[in-house]
Amino acid sequence: MLSLSRIMAILYKELLQLKRDKMTFGMVVMIPLVQLVLFGYAINTNVRDIPVGVVDQARNGLSATLIDMVQATQVVRVTQYYDDIETAEAEIRAARISAVLIIPHDLAARVARSPAIGLESPPTGDRPSARPVAQWVVDGSDTVVAGAIKSLRAMPLTEVLRRPPNAQTPTFETTLLYNPAQRTVVNIVPGLVAVILTMTMVMFTSAAIVREREQGNLEMIINTPVRSMELMLGKIAPFLVIGLLQVALILGLGRLLFSIPFNGSLLTLTLATILFIVASLTLGLVLSTIARTQLQSMQMTIFILLPSILLSGFMFPYEGMPEVAQWIAEALPATHFMRMIRGVVLRDASLLEMYRDALWLTGFCIAGLGIAALRFKKHLD
Amino acid sequence: MIQAKGLTRRFGDFTAVDQLDLNIERARIFGFLGPNGCGKTTAIRMLTGSLQASEGSVSVLGTALPGGAEALRLKVGYMTQKFSLYESLTVAENLEFVARIYALKGSERRVRLRELLATYGLEQKAKALAGSLSGGQKQRLALAAAVLHRPELLFLDEPTSAVDPENRREFWEQLFDLCDQGTSILVSTHYMDEAERCHNIAILKEGQKRADGTPEALMEAMDACVLELECDGLRKIKETLLGFDEVKSAAQLGTRLRVLIRRDVADPEAWIRQHISTPDAIIDRVRPSLEDVFVTSTGARHDA
Repeated sequence: MLSLSRIMAILYKELLQLKRDKMTFGMVVMIPLVQLVLFGYAINTNVRDIPVGVVDQARNGLSATLIDMVQATQVVRVTQYYDDIETAEAEIRAARISAVLIIPHDLAARVARSPAIGLESPPTGDRPSARPVAQWVVDGSDTVVAGAIKSLRAMPLTEVLRRPPNAQTPTFETTLLYNPAQRTVVNIVPGLVAVILTMTMVMFTSAAIVREREQGNLEMIINTPVRSMELMLGKIAPFLVIGLLQVALILGLGRLLFSIPFNGSLLTLTLATILFIVASLTLGLVLSTIARTQLQSMQMTIFILLPSILLSGFMFPYEGMPEVAQWIAEALPATHFMRMIRGVVLRDASLLEMYRDALWLTGFCIAGLGIAALRFKKHLD
Repeated sequence: MIQAKGLTRRFGDFTAVDQLDLNIERARIFGFLGPNGCGKTTAIRMLTGSLQASEGSVSVLGTALPGGAEALRLKVGYMTQKFSLYESLTVAENLEFVARIYALKGSERRVRLRELLATYGLEQKAKALAGSLSGGQKQRLALAAAVLHRPELLFLDEPTSAVDPENRREFWEQLFDLCDQGTSILVSTHYMDEAERCHNIAILKEGQKRADGTPEALMEAMDACVLELECDGLRKIKETLLGFDEVKSAAQLGTRLRVLIRRDVADPEAWIRQHISTPDAIIDRVRPSLEDVFVTSTGARHDA
């Protein structure tokens, strides 16, 4: 039988120790704060103002207008003009510019025949009747930058003739739900909750049992009536509260600094977060029973943290990963919580609509706590 | 009280405790005497149920181990070799934590805490962090925590290894007080003077029990007689004597050489004179000490 009074005794002791440990206490607040501000402002997948160069072989009013139009898209910013292509390519190699726009001397003739100018309907037939008006040479190593410049390929040229842009009829109509302004930060901030919780919760608990072992307290504890499950529960309970505080801090500041909407229900958010916190805490406890020193527990935390950042869908879309990577991602609690928190914060999804992730996290908690208690028992030997 | 038969513990190829038989009585202080690494701590851990025996059977306070370990925790106190309370908590907070673990309620807890702080002279230090205490204070706090739930049986693993002689003497007075109140105590030590205070001792070497009984009986029954030599050139004489099978040990104490000679040598004084070339040597037969018992029963040649 578990004894509530013994769990409370351990919980109370943990709180006292936490109160004295200024460093840990500071990290509880500072880690979410710093990361939120840093990543909230820094991470942006809508690339703007890419530095580019121009090799203008035409050198006339038309080419100047073309350059202005390209700059007006705000995707690129012209920083340099070069006389020849070789110099420009050398500058790309030196990473002073990311791309170069080469405008040929027969620009006027090309523009006149280009369908993008909108004077005539494009002729039918296999053979192209016109050639592109100019060429982009791009440093293609960063796919995001390259993609942004590739998006300029079909830029309309109607403004060259000072005509109003001819509204083209797109093939598809797109309606953007939940983040119509396409701000990256809207997706990043809820994701940060998952990353920060993984980091702090796993780190604190993985050190918890190891510290008792290193400092010799464990030998005293195991000779008292405290059962291993009581010790585990008493040790993780304070962090549950800390985790919830961190979530409130991140989402509250996210709303204040970045106007992140909160569309979902508070109850769903709390339940999902508790599930994930407990899952992270049990994961930390399992690590804690494996590691022999606090350094080892820290290394293991990083081992968990990196895939939680890179594979969970925080940085890159889950759908884009190969199947094997998706399996690994599925094993991480962070992946499931990433879906849930984005679901509840941005899309007002209910727990019922996310039952797969909720069930998975529940199973993870039960299995983790069982394994930790079992391993802890064995370790007395 | 404690009964053990053929108690054995192996770690891989290494046998830490080898076929240990014990029979320890109630309300007595029983000592494990032995050098570091002789299996004292391993033996105690098996007796408290925190380590499983590879072989053999143990019964503590009428409860067979393993199996009854959890039930025993309430009746047994354990003071670890290394200070194992929380250094970042105060003296009072540490005791309160232990009291909560043993489910002492409200007023009962306050009364017991006050009582312990008074008994172990920690009233002034109640609000000090445990990490800031001196060796002697830490040891008294550890003892207070170990006896907080009034255990019938108390295990102490080298309790005085980190304290000065004065604190050691006081500590032993407190142990005799506990013993007088009916607590049985098992203590491990590598100090001869401490072992001499125990009612009964067992001498351990390399995981095996080499002798047991009361210190007096052990000294009485020792298989050697003890002589002390006083003359010049002791280092050389020692080398010479150690060459004979009859000499169990020879160790210098200041200006004298303490020699242990096997019982079956009829006249040890004459035997020594025969084998040394210093006719003016003074030779006295002296009372054996516990250290002599230790040396003879462990077969160690004391080359101090």
